[in-house]
Amino acid sequence: MWEAITGPWPWWVTGPLLGLMVPILLLLGNKNFGISSTLRHVCAAVLPVKAEYFTSDNVRANMWNLVLALGVIVGATIAVLFLGGDRAPEVTPAAQELFATWNIAAPVRLQPSEIYLWPGAVSLRSLISLVVGGFLVGFGTRYAGGCTSGHAIMGLSLLNFGSLVATVGFFAGGVLVSQFIVPLVMAL
Amino acid sequence: MSDSATATRKPQVEGLSFGGFLKYLFAGIYFGIVLVKAEVISWFRIQEMFHFMSFHMYGIIGLAVVVGAISIQLLKMAKAKSVEGVEINPIGKPFNKIGNPVGGLIFGFGWALTGACPGPLYANLGAGYWPILIGILSAILGVLTYGYLKPRLPH
Repeated sequence: MWEAITGPWPWWVTGPLLGLMVPILLLLGNKNFGISSTLRHVCAAVLPVKAEYFTSDNVRANMWNLVLALGVIVGATIAVLFLGGDRAPEVTPAAQELFATWNIAAPVRLQPSEIYLWPGAVSLRSLISLVVGGFLVGFGTRYAGGCTSGHAIMGLSLLNFGSLVATVGFFAGGVLVSQFIVPLVMAL
Repeated sequence: MSDSATATRKPQVEGLSFGGFLKYLFAGIYFGIVLVKAEVISWFRIQEMFHFMSFHMYGIIGLAVVVGAISIQLLKMAKAKSVEGVEINPIGKPFNKIGNPVGGLIFGFGWALTGACPGPLYANLGAGYWPILIGILSAILGVLTYGYLKPRLPH
């Protein structure tokens, strides 16, 4: 039984578990599932920013969202320490071949050490991935008004048109960069 | 009770009670565990998805939406109330004909480059992949930039 928990969880189990975030937050406090606006609340709460986007942000009313983000950090720690979370994903042979052409070793942990761990992270390709990628995630999610949680899962669950448009954008942008830009960055 | 904790910008809003803190903390812990065990925070899984090499990510997101949509319909049909006694009535975000597609594309660019969207940014930190701190700080910088440019951007 415990092996089933520490072993890999199939997608048809984790998908529904992820979807349950929607009713969980509605039942706990009539809250719409979402996480990316916490990046805005962090700016509004701790930085001396004067832009209206931050001064108009009600940090107290959105405190629940920051607590949710804190919980994600704690939950991920628990998953890795006690639930066998840091295991190598069983990616397809085709994907392994692709990673090899990018000089990324086959998975031994959840993340590639070449990008996500020191000392690999101190490389041009890792810094570009994290610095440029992080910036675009932050800028894009606020411009789009949501992320994979708020638009792709919550928004699509509500059959919301704007969320569908944003989600199509997420995947179109991701496919373009993963197929044409990531190979160039990995070659650095 | 955190009434005295922060400077009050909008004093009419009540802060989070200790019980409120706990319930969202536990919801977040659940979310964090699922993100890690679903492997959706993995750079490997993200690149594999964007190369259409595996059904894993599509199956997860697809089933999450199905479960989310059915849950909302059931809660509405039952006229369910939240534990605070408020009738559950979720409303979608307004459609922005430029912000949604253009912001969405930019987000997608970043998602593929880092291999992480906002939930996984936090989850990777919890999982001990410390270099993600660079990604988180950079994401905050991106949000700051958006905040200052917002009045001049078409939405």
